Amino acid sequence: MTDTTQHATSTEYLIRHASILGKTSADLLLRDGRIAAVGDTAAAQASPSAVTIDATGLVALPGMVDLHTHLREPGREDAETVETGSRAAALGGFTAIHAMANSSPVADTAGVVEQVHSLGLASGWVDVRPVGAVTVGLGGERLAELGAMAESRATVRVFSDDGVCVHDPVLMRRALEYVKAFDGVIAQHAQEPRLTEGAQMNEGDVSAVLGLTGWPAVAEESIVARDVLLAQHVGSRLHVCHVSTAGSVEIIRWAKARGVDVTAEVTPHHLLLTDELVRSYDPVYKVNPPLRTADDVQALREALADGTIDVVGTDHAPHPSEHKDCEWAQAAMGMTGLETALSVVQHAMVETGLLDWEGFARVTSVIPARIGRLHDQGRELVAGEPAHLILVDPAARWTVDPAAMATKGRNSPFRGLELPGSVRATFYAGHATVLDGALATPRQVAPAREAAAWTR
Amino acid sequence: MKHLLSTRDLSAASALRLLDVAEEMSAVGEREIKKLPALRGRTVVNLFFEDSTRTRISFEAAAKRLSADVINFAVKGSSVSKGESLKDTAQTLEAMSADAVVIRHPASGAPARLAASDWIDAAVINAGDGTHEHPTQALLDAFTLRRHWARIGGTPSAGTTLAGMKVLIVGDVLHSRVARSNVWLLTTLGAEVLLAGPPTLLPVGIGSWPCTVFYDLDEAIAQRPDAVMMLRLQAERMNAAFFPSTREYSRRWGFDDGRLALLDIMGLDDTVIMHPGPMNRGLEISAAADSPRSTILAQVRNGVSVRMAALYLLLSGDPHDDEPRDDETHSLPHDLPIPEGRTTR
Repeated sequence: MTDTTQHATSTEYLIRHASILGKTSADLLLRDGRIAAVGDTAAAQASPSAVTIDATGLVALPGMVDLHTHLREPGREDAETVETGSRAAALGGFTAIHAMANSSPVADTAGVVEQVHSLGLASGWVDVRPVGAVTVGLGGERLAELGAMAESRATVRVFSDDGVCVHDPVLMRRALEYVKAFDGVIAQHAQEPRLTEGAQMNEGDVSAVLGLTGWPAVAEESIVARDVLLAQHVGSRLHVCHVSTAGSVEIIRWAKARGVDVTAEVTPHHLLLTDELVRSYDPVYKVNPPLRTADDVQALREALADGTIDVVGTDHAPHPSEHKDCEWAQAAMGMTGLETALSVVQHAMVETGLLDWEGFARVTSVIPARIGRLHDQGRELVAGEPAHLILVDPAARWTVDPAAMATKGRNSPFRGLELPGSVRATFYAGHATVLDGALATPRQVAPAREAAAWTR
Repeated sequence: MKHLLSTRDLSAASALRLLDVAEEMSAVGEREIKKLPALRGRTVVNLFFEDSTRTRISFEAAAKRLSADVINFAVKGSSVSKGESLKDTAQTLEAMSADAVVIRHPASGAPARLAASDWIDAAVINAGDGTHEHPTQALLDAFTLRRHWARIGGTPSAGTTLAGMKVLIVGDVLHSRVARSNVWLLTTLGAEVLLAGPPTLLPVGIGSWPCTVFYDLDEAIAQRPDAVMMLRLQAERMNAAFFPSTREYSRRWGFDDGRLALLDIMGLDDTVIMHPGPMNRGLEISAAADSPRSTILAQVRNGVSVRMAALYLLLSGDPHDDEPRDDETHSLPHDLPIPEGRTTR
C-alpha cells in the first residue's frame, strides 16, 4: 500500500468556511499532507505562511476515487496517457483512479502494472492504481499472474478483464477463489459473449426501429446472476462493473440480502442517458454496456440511493476522433467521463433529492476506496486524516465543451449540456492539484521514496 | 426536404407529394423521348458500399432521365476493415461538387450520419442502409399498391392514399430494411399492415410497431390481405439458428403454389403478390412470382419513376416543402417542367 502522505509538500492551506459534506460550515487546515485541524481551532493553528482559501458557499468532500478509468497507456497514447488522464481526473475532483488493464500490452504482468504505477507517480496529479488483468492478454483462457501483480510495487488489489467478460465459469470461479489470498477483488464486465455477438445498442423498441443489432439486458443479467452465485459458493468478493439494467439491480439486491459479498458500480452516463439518443446514429452515444431505457435509468438511480449499487465508476474511455467520426457500426465503444462525473451525479442524484452530499461522498469516495483497498483515500474529513479532499461549488452551472477538456478524448456524450456543480479545488495529499477550477501543479514525489519502495 | 433518409420521418403530405410527382415522372417513361431537362448540370453520385446492381441502375436511369450527370462510385470490399473511411469518401465527393449522393451502405445509419455531418453538403438519398431502411423501395411499393388500389376503386391514383388497404409482409423482418420502410410508409398512407414470420426473425421491440404480428402465415392470409409482400430470405441465416432448415422455412413461411391457390379459393381475386427482388425461387416464393397477381416487374418499372421524383424534389427545391397543408396533398404538382415531346391530353 502506497502511503501518499509521506514526503508531502510544505505549502499549508487554511480553507475557511467550507460546508463539510454539505453540512456544517467549518475551517480546515491542511499541513504536511494531512488535515491538521478542523473547526474553530484551524485558523489559530495556521502558520503565517499558510495560504488562505475562502470556501464560503463551497462543499468540502473527500477526494473522489474512480474504480474504472481507461488511461490507454501503454499502447494507445494517441487516445490518452497517464499524464493527460490523471490531469482530467484531478480537474474532475478525483484523488485516486484505477487504470483498467486493457492497454497494449495488457496489464497482465507485474512489469506492466509497475510501469503504469510509475507513470502515475511521475505525473503526480492523482494516485494511479493499476488494475490487473484476470486472464493472460484478456484472453479468457489462463489466469494471469495475479499474485505477482498483487505483490508488485503497484500492490494491485482490483483485477478485471474489463472490456471482455470472464465468461468461462470455471475460470471465473478460480479467479474469485485465488484472489482471496491477497484480499483482491474480481471486477467483472458482465456480458455473455454469445448473446452479444455484433451487438451495437440496447435491444428493445429503439433497436427494432434503427436496425442495429441488439445487446439484450439478459446478456448482462445472466452473468451477474451466475457470478453472485459463484461468489457465494466460494465465499469471495465480487465487484460488478457498470451495471446497466433494472434486472441486474434486482439480482444484486437479492444477492446482498443473501449475504453475498458483492459490490456494484454504475457509470454517470447510465444514470442520465437513454437509448433514445442512438436515434441520431451519432457514435458519441455508443458505449458498452449500451445506454438503456428510462426505466433502467430510474432503477439505477434508486439502487445507488438505497445502496444496492455501491459506487459510481466513470468508465472514462477516451478515443481518438477517427474512431468516432464514422458509421455507428464501425465506431469504438466508450465515452469520456472524468471531468463530468461530479456534475452528472449531482444532477442525477443530488438535485433529485436521492442523495445528499454525504451520500455523494459515500458512492464516489468512501466505498470505492474500500473496494480498492486504498486505505488512505475516502477518509473522513477530520483532523489527522490524509488531506485528500475537494471543494465543490454546487451552485455553479456550466456547459460541457469537450474541446476544453484536459483528457485527449473529445467523445463526451454530455457535449452542449448545461450541468450543475464545479470542482473549484482538489487537494491530493495536501497538495493543490486544482485551484480556482484550473489545474495547479502536480505533486512532486521525492525520488528517495521510490528508491525505498524498490528495496522494500 | 433536404434528404431522404427514412420513411419513418416522412409526413403523409411529403409521401403523397413524392408519389404524385412519381406519377408525372412515369408519364415521361412512356414517351419515346424519356428525358426531362430538370437536373441538367447537376451531379448525382451513386455511392455504393454494397453491391446492388438493380438499385444502382434504377437510380442511374432516374438521374439520367432528369438530365443529371451521374457518377458511379463503388467502394469494393468492406469499408470497415480497409480502405477509405466514409468521412474521407464524403469529403472527396464534396470537393467534386456532388449535388446529391445516393448511398447504399452495409451499416445501419450511415446515410443519416452523412446527412448530419459537416463532411458533405449534398442532398443524401438512402438507397438501403444495413438493416435499417430502404425508403425508395417502400415508395415504389406504395406507388405500385396505390395504382392497384385506385384501379380497383376506379379512380386515378394521383392524390389518393392507401386508406382501407390491408398489406401483409412476410418473412425476415428482423434483417429487412424493406420491411421497416414499408411498415412506416404504408401505415402513414393509411394502410393496415400485417407482419408474418418466424418469431426468431421478428425483432424484439416489434410490439411498439403499428402492425399486427402473426407467426402463422395461413392465419395471416385468413385476414384477407389486399397485397402480400414476400421478403427475401438469406439462406445463411439458418446457420445462426434463426430457423432449422430452408425446407421448413419454405413450408411454413414460403408463398408456394398451395397458398397461391388458397387466394383463389378465398375469392381474393384482387390480392397482389409483391417481392422487392432478387427472389429466391423455391424458398420464400414459388411460381406465384409469375402469376398474374405478381407485381414484381411493375415494381421495378415504378422504381425509376419514384427515384426520379425523389431526385427531382430534393434537387430542384420543392416550394411546397416547408409547410405541407392538407389541401395540397391532393393536388397535382404544378411546378413540373413540361417533358420534352409531351402533349397535353
